[in-house]
Amino acid sequence: MNLSIRWLNEFVDINDKDIKEFCDKMTMTGSKVEEFEMEAEKINKVVTGKALSIEKHPDADKLLVGIIDVGSENPLQIVTGAKNLKVGDIVPVALDGSTLFDGTKIKKGKLRGVKSEGMLCSLSELGLSINDFPNACEDGIFVLDEPCDLGENIKDIIGFNDTKVDFEITPNRPDCLSIIGLAREAAATFNKNLNLHVPGIKAQNGNFSEKLDVTVEDAKLCPYYSAKIVKNVKIAPSPRWIRERLRAMGVRPINNIVDITNYVMLEYGQPLHAFDLRLIEDNKINVRRAKPGEKITTLDGIERELTNNNLVIADSKKPIAIAGVMGGEYSGIMNDTIDIVFESANFNGSSVRLTAKEHNMRTESSSLYEKGLDEHNCPLALDRACELIELLNIGDVGSKTFSCGNLNSDRTKVFFDCEFTNRFLNINLSKDKMQDILRPLGCEFEKDYIIVPTFRSDLKNKYDIAEEIARFYGYNNIPSTNLSGSSFGILSPRQKFEKKVAETMLALGVSEAITYPFISPRHFDKIMLPKEHNLRNCVKIANPLGEDTSVMRTVAVISMLDLLSKNFNNKNENVRLFEIAKEYIPQKGASLPNEKTKLIVGFYGENIDFLYAKGIVEELLSNIFVFDYDVSAYAELPYYHPGRCAKFTLNEDIVGIVGEIHPSVCENYDIKKKVYAIELDIDMLFENAKFDIEYKAIPKFPSVKRDLALICDDDVPVLALQKIIKLNAAELLEDISIFDIYKGEQIPESKKSVAFNLTLRSSSATLTEEQVNSIIKKIVSSLEKQGITIRDGANTIV
Amino acid sequence: MKEQLENIKELAIGDFLNAKTQQDVETLRIKYLGKKGALTAILKQMGSLSAEERPKFGQLANEVRDLISGTIEKRITELKKEELQQKLGSEKIDVTIPGKRHHLGHKHPLSKILDEVIDIFIGQGFKVVNGPEVETDYYNFEALNMPKEHPARDTQDTFYIDENTLLRTQTSSVQIRTMEKEAPPIRIISPGKVYRMDEVDATHSPVFNQVEGLVVDKGITFSDLKGTLESFIAALYGKEAVVRFRPHHFPYTEPSAELDIQCFSCHGKGCRICKGEGWIELLGCGMVHPKVLENCNIDPEIYSGFAFGVGLERIAMRRYKIDDMRLLYENDMRFLKQF
Repeated sequence: MNLSIRWLNEFVDINDKDIKEFCDKMTMTGSKVEEFEMEAEKINKVVTGKALSIEKHPDADKLLVGIIDVGSENPLQIVTGAKNLKVGDIVPVALDGSTLFDGTKIKKGKLRGVKSEGMLCSLSELGLSINDFPNACEDGIFVLDEPCDLGENIKDIIGFNDTKVDFEITPNRPDCLSIIGLAREAAATFNKNLNLHVPGIKAQNGNFSEKLDVTVEDAKLCPYYSAKIVKNVKIAPSPRWIRERLRAMGVRPINNIVDITNYVMLEYGQPLHAFDLRLIEDNKINVRRAKPGEKITTLDGIERELTNNNLVIADSKKPIAIAGVMGGEYSGIMNDTIDIVFESANFNGSSVRLTAKEHNMRTESSSLYEKGLDEHNCPLALDRACELIELLNIGDVGSKTFSCGNLNSDRTKVFFDCEFTNRFLNINLSKDKMQDILRPLGCEFEKDYIIVPTFRSDLKNKYDIAEEIARFYGYNNIPSTNLSGSSFGILSPRQKFEKKVAETMLALGVSEAITYPFISPRHFDKIMLPKEHNLRNCVKIANPLGEDTSVMRTVAVISMLDLLSKNFNNKNENVRLFEIAKEYIPQKGASLPNEKTKLIVGFYGENIDFLYAKGIVEELLSNIFVFDYDVSAYAELPYYHPGRCAKFTLNEDIVGIVGEIHPSVCENYDIKKKVYAIELDIDMLFENAKFDIEYKAIPKFPSVKRDLALICDDDVPVLALQKIIKLNAAELLEDISIFDIYKGEQIPESKKSVAFNLTLRSSSATLTEEQVNSIIKKIVSSLEKQGITIRDGANTIV
Repeated sequence: MKEQLENIKELAIGDFLNAKTQQDVETLRIKYLGKKGALTAILKQMGSLSAEERPKFGQLANEVRDLISGTIEKRITELKKEELQQKLGSEKIDVTIPGKRHHLGHKHPLSKILDEVIDIFIGQGFKVVNGPEVETDYYNFEALNMPKEHPARDTQDTFYIDENTLLRTQTSSVQIRTMEKEAPPIRIISPGKVYRMDEVDATHSPVFNQVEGLVVDKGITFSDLKGTLESFIAALYGKEAVVRFRPHHFPYTEPSAELDIQCFSCHGKGCRICKGEGWIELLGCGMVHPKVLENCNIDPEIYSGFAFGVGLERIAMRRYKIDDMRLLYENDMRFLKQF
């Protein structure tokens, strides 16, 4: 909301306030100033001057040389290209060292060899347009049409010395979207009087036979409608003071009638509309819902098909305006308009909002209505418009007001609970002081109650009143206290667990990523999910920003591949990233999807291979004390290499996947390196992780190491061998590792040799040679039953 | 014989002092003290001495042997020291050669800030609560005193899944879920991703991270709101940070406020960073609206509370001088490595 300080001063005298102080104080009472602009600062050293003579430039056909009297002793010689300049014209002259509206600095100099001591200005060079000065020349020098002294500061002559303040008005305060509303806040803020004016109409020539038949079909959407007829209007530009004020408020002047509707809207915050009476068929105004399929061409020239949700102003035949949003093209004010109807009505805020949204046509008017306006403002605004007509003497105001609906006389009453307010805000203010705060805001008092003014529909209860008291008492004058009572702040076990997982990944050299959870559905093709795959069933956003962010991911690896791809494209050679990411899985019969938390890891680069990736999983699992998992080959996810993907299972349930990304998928993501990924189900890991650590005594007895080289079929997983060894060595097996896997010479075809290193230890005694041999024997005989043999008696005792 | 003994003593001490290596010392030790050594040879001749002379000579021989042994020990110690010196000298390396690096992972800047914020509030007795991102209209809007058609809904342009399901625009939805489940006293913060229909640019993102807080108890006042948030700011930015509370409006709080922090750069005078205002908007807060409490079956006549919400991106960007929000979501290694 823009505010002209000059206009504001008409209602509250703040001339004694510095603009910075004004903005700061208003901000601190809740009317936040975004910025302010002093027009006078924009233009400098531009004065009025009179053309004494005009001659052709000796060396340039298109230039003229003028001698200009700027009220000083010596007239100035100025070269200009303007064609509209005549001897005797009074024009704005930018002197040597002056500044124009757009910041251009003017200095004296020579133009084609002729001395030029300044510049003559056009409208735009002063930040003006033809709308501000309708009689001026649009593309030539701005010739002033009012007599004035020479050498005067142009800012005073054209009224270009206002200050504009831009406020952020919150949606609960539609009353502040007006000069009067802000004046009331300013008066309360600075403890000044609010000088309100009650508009009065004479309607001397108003006893003409007026006929206007107003009906409101839908009183819920239009609680109050009022209109007045003005006859014999003379359409012309508005006088300068109106144009100046509109300009300072950022509104383009058009003609006197349209300007009056805008002027009153700015002053009162009540939108007005002017219809040409000729175009209202049968002098009938019906406020009704549009018939489905009914059409109207609005002022912006667009034909719109209406629905039953849209409220329209209709005459006997057709809609002539979309209520509260925009008028029809053929019912507005034209240059030959003679008789008009001013409309001042109250429309339901939500209805206007939805209609404006539906037709994508938010206007000044609709954005006011949608916040919910005070119907009591309607008659005031209507009278003010007619008062201006009479003041400017541009038409005959009718004596009758045509209205429909009643102004609600019920006033909101709030129990005046000083004790509550003091307690709630932790202040100590007397009832009188509170009244002093509330009164300037328009509140009245009746016994124990506060009578809320109609324009403050946001004041409904004692909390709202407390806010008013707090605003003017000053938020920063309220003391600060610490919370009393003890409270135990702690992360939940689950939150601690996730933190531990993240920290383990960081310690393993993997960096953390954060990605957008929404993706393009095209990624499902990129990771080669079959058409009917259940992971394609995802949560879809009805109104996405674009296809790229239109569905919630069901596979968080997608986001990882996407950012690995970006990193690859940015020439990052070694990338190790993880994210604790959510996957959004729609659930049948539930309104909300299941949000599964996954640990996703992605890598590519030097020394990174499948075993590196798998090692990361193993380290993590051991750090959260999950040991009893099983690992096996997994070829069911299409985005992994079918021969290089493993699943980690806990009691048959898949808790994690590790694998090399399928080369075709890498190609789809333009990554020309081998990529590895890990997916771990955090929810399931949390269920199975151990949190209670119990210390085990450090062994007292020595360990025995044995190597065991085995020969088995090539396709036997080493884990199967390991399991047999573990089973037989039982609790005496302290550690087992593989130190060699070999295929080739000396090994039969389709066989491999796997060499294990076993560490055996008993917690109760030193193992004897016989004990160790008997365990090894047991292991070997178990292995032999599975067709696994010892390699060349290669057992060695260490 | 006595002379012989003296002679050996002289010779031996001279030899030992000239020995260059431990090996030389050993060879000399055998030469003088070994089974076939010079001293042993003399001692073997002791039988030829008279009974009177024998003890005297014995004593003398022992003295010589002790002297030689002592010399050996001393020389060995010296040689060991010399050899160690030599070894250390030959082992000298160029210590300016860069060390072998280990890969450490880097925490995302948003997580670093979140950890800090969580620590501060845990210190003030808050619990951390999480909730769903795909949320019902009820929890995101209606329960927060924003019924359908409420104009404030426009200020949070929302991604909808269907008429009643959406991507949460604020983590306040978690507050409602908490109040439904738990009776006061409540002291929680709820961090998480929130979604609004903003195109991606240097200062906007359709997904961003928020931390919202809620306190509900008997006798909570506006002073508690101020004190709690002032402590938070002091912990986050240091005690010298200056804050102000400015009236504002949110449908779910009454009174509502925004907390501004004085511009670090110009100290309130107004500069480019604070767009001339001298203050930077940091978070929204207010006393929980009685309707919100009622919606959760908490009697506003008995309980009161306050709530607040702060965006992590804003804090992170200012803290690390990140000038483009997109960097936070691009996850380029060259960016992440800096944290």
